Amino acid sequence: MLSKEDLIPSRADKPVFRLAPYIIFIPAFVVMAVLPFGPVGGAPNLFGYRFDYVIANFDAGLVLFLAMGAIAVYGIVLAGWSSNSNFSLLGGLRAGAQMISYELAMGFSVVGVMLMAGSLSLVDIVNGQAGNFWNWYFIPQVVGGLIFFVATLAELNRTPFDLAEAEQELVAGYLTEYSGMRWGLFMFAEYVNMVVVSAIVSTLYFGGWRAPLTVLDFIPGPIWLFLKICVFVFLYMWVRWTIFRYRYNQLMSVGWKILLPLSIVNLVVTAIIVSVTS
Amino acid sequence: MSEPATSGPATSGYISSTGEPEPHGYSVEVPPLEHRPTLDELKERKARTRQNVETTGEILTVSMGPQHPSTHGVYRAVLDLDGEVVVDIRPEIGNLHRGVEKLSEERTYHQIIPITDRLDYLSSFAMNHGYCEAVEKLMGVEVPARARYIRTITSELCRLSNHIMWLGVHIMDLGTQTFFCICFRDREYILDLLEMLTGARLTHSFCRIGGVAKDLPDGFAHKCRKVVEFLPKRVAEYERIVKQNRIYYRRAKNVGIFTSEDCFAWRVTGPPLRAAGVVRDLRKDEPYAAYDEVNFDVAVEYNADVYDRFLVRMKEIRESCKIIEQCLDNLPDGPFLAKDSVHTMQLKKNVMRDAGAMIHDFYQVFHGPDAPKGEVYRATEVPKGEFGVYIRSDGGTKPARIHFTTPSFYHGQVLPAMARGEMLADVVAIFASIDVVLGDCDR
Repeated sequence: MLSKEDLIPSRADKPVFRLAPYIIFIPAFVVMAVLPFGPVGGAPNLFGYRFDYVIANFDAGLVLFLAMGAIAVYGIVLAGWSSNSNFSLLGGLRAGAQMISYELAMGFSVVGVMLMAGSLSLVDIVNGQAGNFWNWYFIPQVVGGLIFFVATLAELNRTPFDLAEAEQELVAGYLTEYSGMRWGLFMFAEYVNMVVVSAIVSTLYFGGWRAPLTVLDFIPGPIWLFLKICVFVFLYMWVRWTIFRYRYNQLMSVGWKILLPLSIVNLVVTAIIVSVTS
Repeated sequence: MSEPATSGPATSGYISSTGEPEPHGYSVEVPPLEHRPTLDELKERKARTRQNVETTGEILTVSMGPQHPSTHGVYRAVLDLDGEVVVDIRPEIGNLHRGVEKLSEERTYHQIIPITDRLDYLSSFAMNHGYCEAVEKLMGVEVPARARYIRTITSELCRLSNHIMWLGVHIMDLGTQTFFCICFRDREYILDLLEMLTGARLTHSFCRIGGVAKDLPDGFAHKCRKVVEFLPKRVAEYERIVKQNRIYYRRAKNVGIFTSEDCFAWRVTGPPLRAAGVVRDLRKDEPYAAYDEVNFDVAVEYNADVYDRFLVRMKEIRESCKIIEQCLDNLPDGPFLAKDSVHTMQLKKNVMRDAGAMIHDFYQVFHGPDAPKGEVYRATEVPKGEFGVYIRSDGGTKPARIHFTTPSFYHGQVLPAMARGEMLADVVAIFASIDVVLGDCDR
């Protein structure tokens, strides 16, 4: 793809057109920094040095994930806007409206996990799920987990929410005018995002790098995380090839009328239970 | 033409209303009258589901096509959008115009057959068949019984392949990718049969004036029977996947309502017309080939929307399977090409052995069949609707004027009336639901 010609439409807004792929591409990788893929802290374990399986043990990792997701929307909207093409514009607008409405539901569903772990750090959230798989958060947070999964589908622009690039309607949506490696960056970011979001889903609800049973702890954490990521990437792919695409107004009504109220109810119930039990 | 069934009980008496299970575990369900929407109800529903396009918002004009993933060829629709709502559509056709009718004037009646393949290239035998029916009417050629049965079988195989392919494309337009592959896999069985029979997968050129080109090959009946027994099960599988899918239901139900009144006004025929509750099928109304000797039902639905067009086509697949099965059961013996040396080609195996046949073959190939003076119009039911052929002959071996009345042409122009006030995503669903092939449309 690097050897393909990179076309920029003559009437495009050139600086923004060039910038947009990076705005999508970089946040996708940044989230990986806060993701623990093995035990963090504890005794020295590598040549006498302490080696942590996390790049940045950041206190507000969860907020960083949400923030980076929100920044990626800018990339899509700017890409659609700067291309100066009708299909791109429609795709960009759709993406903007869609991601904002699904981010709310996603944010609310994540707060449930945050309350249970008592922390915004992904490291602490994984530590809060120590033990066997029945200690994982997907059991108490089953509603929140489902909402989060659906909202990430929308966040990733995958069917049934791939309206932004609906190829049968908008040719390719916001990336209609992109070619060569710029297009490649969009695609790259989309699939990297899928891996990252799968990792986040497994971290928040499925114990992250932890083994499903403590007996299996001898297998290193990164392998477990990798397996869980594979399962979720498979799920995303599966849904994408099987399900129909929603229409724009139906998408909005699913987001605002179903997912958002449900996630708020989930949040309230979790908050009450947590405050009663603690 | 039959009365729209919405205004009274089903006319024509072609619907079996017994409700008894039929072969393939399928019965034609006729909803009682009170469950069918009346014409007024449909109109009211149409007004309710579409948005008022009289708004004075800013209009965004988008050119959809000719190179667009879902215009099924080179159809171009210039859309005026108010946000996501379609205010107006200006269709543009002619990008695939090849001058078929003019080409036909320069060719003998035999030589036109391969051209008709290129009209609706997804069901080319049906096109051959319609043309040959018209020429036979002009020349007064009697088609032997076996040829009529073989024609019926092949036409119905084309219908099967067309509808299954339609389903895959329609579903893909709504965003599902795998289903497309499933449909193409099943279409392959039918194409294999057609290839076995005619030697070609797409452009068959199998029909001849006065019969068909070849007899059924050995083993065809057995293989065909197997496919025909297996397809209704596949249709049940499609329905499990699609019919009960909530997203499909919401995307297709009450979208693109086109009442029987609209259909008559725009000359919409075929499945979209039958989905509007009109019992109109030329195979029943003006029987040709062996259709009056087999027993089948006309597929009718009543809600006139995208969803019902899907249901009608699924029913038609089942009916086609029934027709093929009956044709194979009752296949008569005898010649498959009329013995009419003035109008039909000679059998190739005789040409090299028999001096008379050789002379006639030479005459047919280099001179052509002699047609009387006059004009004919013959319409047949092809998978997409009614295909009419008009021929005016001044005598001689070439038509003075030939005109093909193809369903896709009329269905292509209907898009603005069907989709005005719907949303952008619905345009794709509606356009797919009326099944337009541009080769058929532009000619």
